[in-house]
Amino acid sequence: MLILECPYCGVKAEETELSPGHEAHLKRFGPGSSDEQFESYMFARKNPKGVHFERWRHTYGCGKWFLAARCTATLEVFGTYPAQTSEPPADIVAKIKARRPNWEGVK
Amino acid sequence: MSTRLARGGRLIDRATAHEFTFNGKRMAGFAGDTLASALLANDQMLVGRSFKYHRPRGIVASGAEEPNALVNLGQGARLEPNQRTTTTELFPGLAAASQNHWPSLEFDVGVVNNAVARFLPAGFYYKTFLQPRAAWKHLFEPVIRASAGLGRAPTEADPDRYEQAYAHCDLLVVGGGIAGLQAALTAAGTGARVIVLEQTAHWGGRAPVDDVLIDEKPADHWVAATVAALSAMPNVTLRLRCMAAGVYDHGYVLAEERVADHTPGDGRPKKRLWRIRAAKVITATGAIERPLPFAGNDIPGVMLASAVRDYIVNWAVSPGDRVVIVTNNDDAYRTAIAVHRAGLTVPAVLDARTEADGDLVQEVRSLGIAVHLNRGIAKVKGGRRVSGVAVCAQAGEGAVLDEIACDAVAMSGGWSPVVHLWSHCGGKLIWDEAQAAFRPDPQRPPITHDGQAMVAAVGSANGLLQADEVLADAIRAAGGSGPAPKVHAPAEAAMVPVWMMPQGASAELRAKMWLDYQNDVKVADVQLAAREGYESVEHTKRYTTLGMATDQGKLSNINGLAVLAGSLNAPIPQVGTTTFRPPYTPVTLGALAGEARGEIFQPLRRTPMHDWHQAHGVYWEPVGLWRRPYCYTRPGESHADAVKREVVNARSHLGLLDASTLGKIVVKGPDAGRFLDMMYTNVMSSLPVGRCRYGLMCNENGFLMDDGVVARISDDTWLCHTTSGGADRIHAHMEDWLQCEWWDWQVYTANLTEQYAQIAVVGPSARKLLEKLGGMDVSKEALPFMHWAEGTLAGIPARAFRISFSGELSYEIAVPAGQGLAFWEACIAAGKEFGLMPYGTEALHVLRAEKGFIMIGDETDGTVIPQDLNLGWAVSKKKADFIGKRGQERTFLASPDRWKLVGLETLDGSVLPDGAIAPAPGMNANGQRNTQGRVTSTYYSPTLKKGIAMGLVHRGPDRMGEVLEFPKIWGGVVKARIVDPVFYDKAGEKQDV
Ligand SMILES: [Zn+2]
Repeated sequence: MLILECPYCGVKAEETELSPGHEAHLKRFGPGSSDEQFESYMFARKNPKGVHFERWRHTYGCGKWFLAARCTATLEVFGTYPAQTSEPPADIVAKIKARRPNWEGVK
Repeated sequence: MSTRLARGGRLIDRATAHEFTFNGKRMAGFAGDTLASALLANDQMLVGRSFKYHRPRGIVASGAEEPNALVNLGQGARLEPNQRTTTTELFPGLAAASQNHWPSLEFDVGVVNNAVARFLPAGFYYKTFLQPRAAWKHLFEPVIRASAGLGRAPTEADPDRYEQAYAHCDLLVVGGGIAGLQAALTAAGTGARVIVLEQTAHWGGRAPVDDVLIDEKPADHWVAATVAALSAMPNVTLRLRCMAAGVYDHGYVLAEERVADHTPGDGRPKKRLWRIRAAKVITATGAIERPLPFAGNDIPGVMLASAVRDYIVNWAVSPGDRVVIVTNNDDAYRTAIAVHRAGLTVPAVLDARTEADGDLVQEVRSLGIAVHLNRGIAKVKGGRRVSGVAVCAQAGEGAVLDEIACDAVAMSGGWSPVVHLWSHCGGKLIWDEAQAAFRPDPQRPPITHDGQAMVAAVGSANGLLQADEVLADAIRAAGGSGPAPKVHAPAEAAMVPVWMMPQGASAELRAKMWLDYQNDVKVADVQLAAREGYESVEHTKRYTTLGMATDQGKLSNINGLAVLAGSLNAPIPQVGTTTFRPPYTPVTLGALAGEARGEIFQPLRRTPMHDWHQAHGVYWEPVGLWRRPYCYTRPGESHADAVKREVVNARSHLGLLDASTLGKIVVKGPDAGRFLDMMYTNVMSSLPVGRCRYGLMCNENGFLMDDGVVARISDDTWLCHTTSGGADRIHAHMEDWLQCEWWDWQVYTANLTEQYAQIAVVGPSARKLLEKLGGMDVSKEALPFMHWAEGTLAGIPARAFRISFSGELSYEIAVPAGQGLAFWEACIAAGKEFGLMPYGTEALHVLRAEKGFIMIGDETDGTVIPQDLNLGWAVSKKKADFIGKRGQERTFLASPDRWKLVGLETLDGSVLPDGAIAPAPGMNANGQRNTQGRVTSTYYSPTLKKGIAMGLVHRGPDRMGEVLEFPKIWGGVVKARIVDPVFYDKAGEKQDV
């Protein structure tokens, strides 16, 4: 059971307090988008063994969605940050690069 | 025979005798005995039968690794199957019974399986599944069913109490041997909060049995002093009888404490499940001795060498008068010394190695015990008990050189570190050539949240089998620097791996060499699997069932792996291990459930009128965590009769429905209208204040997920009704989009579901009732259909919504939850003269189905779009965007070639089976019948006095009048005509009066 710190209320929340919400930083494609764009938005989700950016909701706490950067293989957490962010914050990216020199970066 | 020795026994209290029974036979033991030691003291070596061949099984081990000696423990409601006698503490009145035999332990019919062993090879189950079905059904299954299964499941509810507890610490030490105690002492000295768990009832582990001297004194002294020191420290918690079952993410550890297993019925919880968060975990879990694979190594009386010495030293039990030792290492010589000291005979030590002259070997020789090098056991003689061994050269093929009479064999194939907890959360192993064992790889530990090592293994669990290395290792792992206590341990020479005895054994011998005692997997089975192409250890495990019994292969895995590697001609580390999964030993389901049983299994949501329903003949229906009245029965009435009465009365007079469970979400703010236009398929921003509109919600895929009536409360406020089951989900869905996509929009949502009681007043007399209650104008002119108004009714503040889910004149009245019951009772009292009756959810369903209204979850299943349900009118064509719009534009959803909603009317008036499917001609690519429709809702209509149904039918609305055939489960078909789904009041006149 993971522990992730909620960036809103500061609680170090156990996984039972949280709801998972799959990949973070998806760009929504609505009406007017091509089939390929819509397919990539709806279905082509990343599932890496390694560095991943995820959505989590502090469901049984403050109710806020937040984002987490962690390693799916080792469970190392590089940081959590508010959901109102369209790309990973620079300090978290720097931390990941320091911990994972071979990381391919945000794609 | 096995018996109690006259002297010794460091764990027993000879002054306190306990009587117990085994298979009804009265026996006696002492306080401090395990059930296994007490059985051996009563010469009960035969304790069970193996799973497949029903071979006689004796006690092999002395701890958690025991594969054979499992019993049905207790009686009646306290019966527990598969309890390990080696970890069961004896208590007065204990009743145990052996398992997996018929009719008796001594004479077992299933042993015929043994005679036909060659017909039950590895992969037997897989192979028989491939036989013709009839052979399985009539030939194999009855035989296997009759003889399979270990213990009996209890048939009564568990009378015991279980509890769960939480704990947090800086360091969790698992294992209370000298390594764990030293690690705890070192860490606690720095002020760290330390918890130490020991699975047995005693501290100290193996060191006191193994003659280890610490600071010049027997290990017992150091153990007692260290435990005393730890007990005195406020930052240390010590727990005996507490087994760490699993290590999980970020330092989460589950442990099961056997609180009152040994004192049943004393009022304490039977078990306590600890949920521990540890910043760091040290596993000081020791090592488990491996059996040696030789023919007949499963005959009762063949035991692990360490177990033999445990029984002698700890419990003063002699497993036999003449104990042959067979080994590939020096450690087993300790057993020879212990047997000799107890006044028993060691006819010979058979050492598979070609050299042996370590301190222990020399000591044994000096005691006059014969030590034979390059020797092994060709075959154990005996049936239900060892009677002797045939000796051979380990290097040979099994030619018998000598025979030795004996009644016990103590075997040692080396030691495997207990790496389970290390491995549960990703710790990796390396192969230690010197010990021929996997041990934790310190370079690849399990990682915690900050990328640092979460677990450290110390002592024997870390592959250090010499006591003098163990304490230094513990101090290092616990972050200490001081010198370790001085440990005296004899020097031991290297072990030599023996994976088969003798190394060139014939096929006949290999077929009698057991690897997995409980599941009856032999060397020959693993070799057969390898020949049949099973190269992966995970596949071989499942094919042969090696290591899949209740002991999870604690004794068998490494030997089996080595045999597989040998067959594949591959190095052992290349073949790899199977996955270690929690729990380390079985955990009782009761402990996992804890207090969450009976009434508090899960929370129960009650509407404000719950108790009134309870008092008035309710028959409950669970709806999520809510209880809703399904119907209210009168004396002598069936549920079906009650539903009919309630439907007819609502249509003809007046019905009252508790609709409080409907979701009520307030959406407010400058951007609320814009937001709701994205949430719903139709336009909500244009809804005038005071009006209601039926709305549909889809997910981004385009599929229908919820529906309900939206009311505009004020200029910037909307009230969204959701389905009863949907309130939390829809509220979360709204928040998701607001927080994560349109976070700059100024919108606030609140789930007010439980703040209001909602009561539907339904039927021709609905208006008359509200007028009688008085307080607000509910006339058609003041409050037309699909409008709402605020006021008071019966003196209670109320909102009246003119909406109808029944097709009748209907008002849904929302009042503050605290006044819900008062309002309900006011309606009941005032409604008497109008013939008012409450109705439940089933009548609600029938009423809505008669009107062709869809129900989320009945007509929808996550693959249905609004257009499939003829609800295209509620999907805006004008809006540029809403959730699901892009999804619905995909060709297969936009196509007319879909299953669509229709009514279904049976030709004979009967009720269609729910979920029935209409076949279509031909077969699909999988060779299954094609289908063309299915029933989604089906009821008997008391109004129309016949069966009515709705269904989704391929191009259904284009096929009005066509007759479909729906097969019934038990044969025959029901014919139904495709009709308009609105069966009652097609023009909608009754609701708009
Ligand atoms: Zn929070």
